[in-house]
Amino acid sequence: MLVEKDVARILIADDEAPARARLRDLLDECRESFPLAIVDEARNGREVLDVLNREKVDIVLLDIRMPEIDGMEAARHIAGMENPPAIIFTTAFDSYALKAFEVNAIDYLLKPIRAERLLGALSKTRAGPRVTREALEAAANQPRRHLSVHERGKIILVPLADILYLRAELKYVTVRTAQREHLVEESLTHLEEEFADVFVRVHRNCLVARTAIAGFERNAEESESGWAVIIKGTGEKLPVSRRQHHVVKQFR
Amino acid sequence: MAKWGTVASINQTGAAIRLPNFCNLGVMLRSLLAVNVLLVAGAMIRAPSIEGLWYEFLLFAALGEPLLILSLVALCIARPWLHAMGYLGAIALLALFELGVTWVFFHFTPDLALFEHHPMSYSQVAFLVLFVTAVLLAYFDLRARALAPAIAEARIQALQARIRPHFLYNSINAVLSLIRSEPRRAERALEDLADLFRVLMADNRTLAPVSKEVELAKQYLALESLRLGERLRVTWRTETMPGDALVPPLILQPLVENAVYHGIEPSEAGGEIEIDVALHAKQLVMELKNPFPGGGRHSSGNRMAIVNIRERLQLHFDAEASMRSEVKDGTYKVTIRLPYITEAPA
Repeated sequence: MLVEKDVARILIADDEAPARARLRDLLDECRESFPLAIVDEARNGREVLDVLNREKVDIVLLDIRMPEIDGMEAARHIAGMENPPAIIFTTAFDSYALKAFEVNAIDYLLKPIRAERLLGALSKTRAGPRVTREALEAAANQPRRHLSVHERGKIILVPLADILYLRAELKYVTVRTAQREHLVEESLTHLEEEFADVFVRVHRNCLVARTAIAGFERNAEESESGWAVIIKGTGEKLPVSRRQHHVVKQFR
Repeated sequence: MAKWGTVASINQTGAAIRLPNFCNLGVMLRSLLAVNVLLVAGAMIRAPSIEGLWYEFLLFAALGEPLLILSLVALCIARPWLHAMGYLGAIALLALFELGVTWVFFHFTPDLALFEHHPMSYSQVAFLVLFVTAVLLAYFDLRARALAPAIAEARIQALQARIRPHFLYNSINAVLSLIRSEPRRAERALEDLADLFRVLMADNRTLAPVSKEVELAKQYLALESLRLGERLRVTWRTETMPGDALVPPLILQPLVENAVYHGIEPSEAGGEIEIDVALHAKQLVMELKNPFPGGGRHSSGNRMAIVNIRERLQLHFDAEASMRSEVKDGTYKVTIRLPYITEAPA
């Protein structure tokens, strides 16, 4: 949270150059009553996260509709940070998003943005709490394209397509890619719901990417159903539980 | 026919509204289908058994089909005069014509096998011919009346096919950003925006020249390139375009808007939109290509615009216009074909 008199460090994120220029003009007007500095500008969600990994940012002005990683997904990754910046969404029109934002009490500014409203939103970031991950999840209408791993204050994105399987271990979920393992602080049940098209549950604690299934193998010793799933590339064998035995039939 | 809900057709004492346009492919196909169904029905009544049905049908068809085709050709040629006569006059003339042609067939064709075992007199055949003609005319009249509200609706539909609010607000935002730094470009952009909305607010029931449609799409793209800069690249191929060809208004712009929204905006690097308008074998062919980044995000809005355009094409041209869209090798392609006409049909 910002202390009064501090200079707020702001990141502008929008894929359209004129929209960024407009925000710069408006921020200039706000400067007198709200001390601020523009840290950088980003043209998509990935650039936003890059800047956040590099610089200290207090407020992100985040356009919802951007190419590659959109504002909604970027916000969900940001919300997992230890000290996340405040997010002010900006959008021209998106009836779905706006309705969802109202329902989940998420603030946004409508383009064209007025200087007074921008100032109001900036001032609110001093007092109000940060938007929560849960609210963002509830407002999002499509799954993320990446999972975000938070390591030493940095955000690392793992593309969904690279993930072979997800395995729950105590507090964390292990994310396995062909190269390495990551830990994310999410619930396996939520991940299963969000990415129902991508993963299939083979065990109480394990989701396997449908495209990563190389085959099945009888493996009576380690698994209660007598089957194990073989992972493409790494050749790892993960037990299939009795309750998920139908998966074996479905894929064979 | 009422599908041209123009001022001109209202002045024509209603004949144009109630008589079908016999030159239209859809009307011809419907006539062929209806007459053949009636012939089958007639054959069923006359056939002694189910095996004899095909034989009886052939007998009827031998008389019926030439009569029908000759009538359709004659009606297409005589259309302007028929329309000038008013509905009742036209019907009376049509009936006389059918009776005359039937008489000629009846007397000058070599003994039709039709009359071998159940001989039919001229008056019986004439009655059947008049009956079929009346049924068809009643059908087309009803159809025209049923479609009349749809034509009024076409204007509303055109409005619904309108520019996305997303575009309007983003454009205004872009213009606002230019006012301080580049007032000239801001002026230009506002002029384009005004022109676009003039067309959107206009009465869009009548057909418009394709050159105007192209102009409109270009103004729209100029506004979009303001926002998207180098991400938006456009290639126009309109060298062989007949500028006077008439098309339903707002047929191109929504497609171009779709191309920008689905093909260019979701991509970091942007892409190229290619638009071809040309004349091929008396058909106006419009072809639009844009990159298809996939992912299938925002697809419902796209379908709305496509359905809307398809409906309006059908209202104006029935079976003579077509619209196809396909995705191939990461490219989305829409092709519209419509008859090349330069004046609104009566």
